[in-house]
Amino acid sequence: MSRLEILKTYKIYIGGQFPRTESGRYYTPFDKKGKPLANICLSSRKDVRNAVVAARKAFGSWSERSAFNRGQILYRIAEMLEGRRAQFIDELIQQGLTKANAEKEVNLSIDRIVYYAGWCDKFNQVLSSVNPVSSAHFNFSTCEPMGVVGIISEQTSSLIGLVSMLMPAICGGNTAVVLASEKLPLCAVTFAEVLNSSDVPGGVVNILTGSTSEMAPTLASHMDVNALITSQLDDSLKKNLSVAAVDNLKRNYEFTADWSKPESQGLNYISDLQEIKTTWHPIENIGGATSSY
Amino acid sequence: MEPISFLNIPTSPSIDKVGVEERVARFQTRSIKNESKRQGLKMVLSMIDLTTLEGKDTPGKVKQMCYKAQHLHDLHPGLPTVAAVCVYPSMVAVARKELKNASVKIASVSTVFPAGQAPLEVKITDTKFAVDAGADEIDMVISRGKFLSGEYNFVFDEIAAIKEACGKARLKVILETGELATLDNVRKASDIAIYAGADFIKTSTGKIQPAATMQVTYTMLMAIRDYFDETGIMIGMKPAGGISTSKLALHNLVMVKEILGDAWLNNHWFRFGASSLANDVLMQIMKTETGVYQSSDYFTID
Repeated sequence: MSRLEILKTYKIYIGGQFPRTESGRYYTPFDKKGKPLANICLSSRKDVRNAVVAARKAFGSWSERSAFNRGQILYRIAEMLEGRRAQFIDELIQQGLTKANAEKEVNLSIDRIVYYAGWCDKFNQVLSSVNPVSSAHFNFSTCEPMGVVGIISEQTSSLIGLVSMLMPAICGGNTAVVLASEKLPLCAVTFAEVLNSSDVPGGVVNILTGSTSEMAPTLASHMDVNALITSQLDDSLKKNLSVAAVDNLKRNYEFTADWSKPESQGLNYISDLQEIKTTWHPIENIGGATSSY
Repeated sequence: MEPISFLNIPTSPSIDKVGVEERVARFQTRSIKNESKRQGLKMVLSMIDLTTLEGKDTPGKVKQMCYKAQHLHDLHPGLPTVAAVCVYPSMVAVARKELKNASVKIASVSTVFPAGQAPLEVKITDTKFAVDAGADEIDMVISRGKFLSGEYNFVFDEIAAIKEACGKARLKVILETGELATLDNVRKASDIAIYAGADFIKTSTGKIQPAATMQVTYTMLMAIRDYFDETGIMIGMKPAGGISTSKLALHNLVMVKEILGDAWLNNHWFRFGASSLANDVLMQIMKTETGVYQSSDYFTID
């Protein structure tokens, strides 16, 4: 008698927990041969709401952590991903990649996480400045994270797009609600398991699977989401989201980079999700020959 | 008629905890449709005792809260005011000056809130001070130490004495159920408070966890219903502490309606003691109006 295969049911990731969608719905994406891949949660707007609440709750302590400690935690994510390479490569192959390309994508993802881990305690020095002003003030500008970032993952990759968009956000002290690629969701949920076992506090990253066109407008219009980033979205959805994002003047970025290229990373992805705060501090003088500072 | 004392009140029934949990769980599965939800949320707002009971309270904080009590969210016209503000006795005069003759009532905690560890004379003075300063309602605490030692007579007489000191002010009796340990004790304390002259019974001070769980509120509502069936006299109910979301508040309303009926669904007979609930309800109301999930960034803190 042949064995009946058990399809894994992938759950979503909210506030450090793996609940099923509150709606109880699921969908089944297929591989190229028409074989079902897995049962995936078809999340609803209420899951989006719950995820935003979790992200908001986690924002305070995550943004106040020392930058060095955030770097350590991001590096830990890379280590854990390295430890589970084989599973990610398998899933990528299941979703249609060749073995060589799958290995390449996982390697690049790990390298990219390490890259942003390194930036954690460095970007603020590079982006901040002391500004010359013509009054008796010490005037300086520093970065502050925006808050809760909504991320609509790039749709054509399962892992690298998500990693490339998520890492610069949390590197800079933001928390995130991520909508995984609709057709290629497997790695997103497995990546949540990696996050869960690598010291990332619950709620810092929340990952939902399901219909992008159903969930994205809720995320875009949510007043408690401070920024929305998308990548290679189709034009009509992009336009709808831009309109929905206007109510609370969300920062709204569309990235066009090809994430599979090694050079598609950089400081600009971090700075896009930072606000600059400038402080005017009364002082006698600074930097002159008689300055005591 | 013989004078009321603890000795001639009915024996409290014992409580089936598992049964209470099952009953309460059922209140939480009711489906509430949009229009009912909208009405329910406004009703919740009108039942809130907006509360600040901190050692760090200042006249400024109380003034600000009194303003908020009357102007919950002016961006959205047509909202009710809250039922009352709830403050320490030393802040009653400040609140009275701010609210003047507004419909918002002033409730003051008394009897050496929250512990209640003081002689009766002090508690009576505390109560009279608050009433003289303009309090419409007094929230007293019972002596939980005495209650747990079985000195029910003492607790009964103390409540009766404070009731007398209240004069025209309505008396809410705080049982502090988090310290009473069992639902049997909650029921017994409810009965003592009701027969001793409470106008309202209230779950908690908000300083002890757990506070107003639905099981506790259910037990107290049943005590109110039994008393009503016996005497025809209505007693008010005020769950306080731990009710911070609209959903939980609506579940409480469902429970009140099903146990006590429509007569209790107004702020003369039912209150929520809460500080953060108001903003959550406001956010839910704005969500139902605009269809967009809200952020606390756009609602006043106090």
